[in-house]
Amino acid sequence: MATEQNSFASAAEWEDIPAEKFEIIGTDDFSGDIIARPKVGYWADAWRRLKENKIAIVALIVLILLIVMVAVGPALSGYNFEQVDTSAINQRPSAEHWFGTDSLGRDLFARVWQGGRVSIVIGIVGAVVASVIGCIYGGIASYFGGIVDDIMMRVVEVLLSIPYLIIVILISVVTDSKSIGTMMLALTLTGWCGIARLVRGQMLQLKSQEYVLAANALGVSPLKTIMRHMIPNTIGIIIVAITFDIPGYIFSEAFLSYIGLGIQPPNTSWGALASAAQQNFMFYPYQLLFPSLMIALTMLSFTLLGDGLRDALDPKLRK
Amino acid sequence: MLKYVLKRIGYMLVTLFIIATVTFFLMHSIPGDPLGAMANKLPEQAKANYYAKYGLDKPLTEQYGIFMKNLVTKGDLGESLKYPGKSITETLITNSKVSGVNGAFALLFGVSIGIVLGIVAALNKNKWPDYLVMFVAMMGITIPVFVLAAMLQYLFTVKWQLLPTSGWGKPKHMILPIIAMCFGSIATYARYLKANMLDVLGQDYILTAEAKGVSRFNVIKDHVMKNAFLPCITILGGQISGIFTGSFVIEKMFGIPGLGFYYVSSINDRDYTMIIGTTIFAAALFVLAQLLIDIAYTIFDPRIRIK
Repeated sequence: MATEQNSFASAAEWEDIPAEKFEIIGTDDFSGDIIARPKVGYWADAWRRLKENKIAIVALIVLILLIVMVAVGPALSGYNFEQVDTSAINQRPSAEHWFGTDSLGRDLFARVWQGGRVSIVIGIVGAVVASVIGCIYGGIASYFGGIVDDIMMRVVEVLLSIPYLIIVILISVVTDSKSIGTMMLALTLTGWCGIARLVRGQMLQLKSQEYVLAANALGVSPLKTIMRHMIPNTIGIIIVAITFDIPGYIFSEAFLSYIGLGIQPPNTSWGALASAAQQNFMFYPYQLLFPSLMIALTMLSFTLLGDGLRDALDPKLRK
Repeated sequence: MLKYVLKRIGYMLVTLFIIATVTFFLMHSIPGDPLGAMANKLPEQAKANYYAKYGLDKPLTEQYGIFMKNLVTKGDLGESLKYPGKSITETLITNSKVSGVNGAFALLFGVSIGIVLGIVAALNKNKWPDYLVMFVAMMGITIPVFVLAAMLQYLFTVKWQLLPTSGWGKPKHMILPIIAMCFGSIATYARYLKANMLDVLGQDYILTAEAKGVSRFNVIKDHVMKNAFLPCITILGGQISGIFTGSFVIEKMFGIPGLGFYYVSSINDRDYTMIIGTTIFAAALFVLAQLLIDIAYTIFDPRIRIK
């Protein structure tokens, strides 16, 4: 009762205030809501996180060094990687030949970096091509859903149940040209299946998220939803998957070259160098040391960088 | 459950049929004479006899029909082109026994040592045993199997002269190949089990068990182990394929007369019928192993048990 009386009283009170006593002070300027700090985007944030991870940064630096050496290395020693020198066969590493020479007197320093070109290109291009195909395939399957999705995923299941290296070997035997192109075909023919599954899973999960529902309810066009929500939320895991796939492709190439189905002379790769060195490994172990060291170093760096990227790019892992 | 198993077996048969068909047509699409260099040396009549013997004079679709009929009804994969009279099916069965012994040991040691190391690492998180195990695991993942095998051969046979480089038949021949093959499994399992255990240790039911006063040992034994082990079954499939891959290189390097050794040598010989046979056989083994693992998983994990 008392409050009711009060409100009546106050209403009566301000009716008495003359109009000129009121002053327009303008609308609220929301100054409290202004973000004073510079906005940190997804990529800047991811980069900041990655920088804190020392192991990943060391791996990144090692990779950059390896790529630089692979680009300029063959020209540094002053020998051509194909140049045969019968007066200097199977030499130990020396000032003359930094990594020694092979059984035909070719300079191993030039050959290791020349071989690295093939190995790294196959690793990176293989992983990227497989991811692009996988993304498109997985995207289509998850977008249409229903029977299309069912059929597409059954196909992937069948392809995944065939041992990977058997397909690679079979295609290599059949094409027989042993160039980088056919090798890439053999390696990526079923290599995209894993990524397709990953992308489809992620997309289906995103589709049921509240913000996608909200976007749909607000009448955002499907294309814009895909561009603004689906792709940015999938790109992180795809980058991580690519980083982890690259060592796999480098290893598969090395394996193929090792059993004699890969790159053929005079061109070479780390796997082919290791395979050639294997035959007289007992007498010249250093010939095997350098190519295998490079393979191990590259695979290790990509794996560690992948670990770092996964922690940096996945917002769900943030503590 | 039965329905699921039957469905999976159905898929497996479809997969195998596709593999057999694709392999057959791919191998027959290779340009050039299947008899290879031998064909040039033979007189016309002998060549024609060879063609008739292997059915190569018939049209391709008919060859395919005969091949499939023999495969399905008799399990017969034909005869080697390189070594006439050598039955592929018989060769494969003898070889796969050798590979099987090696692979089984490698898998057994790889999984058990990997699990032990994973447990040690998880229980000593951020202490030296953890760092040591993770270092070994990283090495295992990044060092290619042929480099590891070469290193082992160098150390144990050239430097210390303890074990033979290659050969088959005695237990001492198996030591190095098995170490080389299981190293990858050890690394994968150690990493995977450590991650799983740490994941489980952070769960609420562990806290509940500890709050109820269950001893540390019993918590680990009853709650952590059971839940951390289960997902390990799924990566067993990958390990089996790793053993397959490993066997290609390892058997060749150590001179073990197994499946991988014959596969690589039939590729080098361009022995087409042998390649077809080995591909189908290896794929069948692989697909079967995957099926068994999937079924095992549904049996052991009550959460995904199929109704």
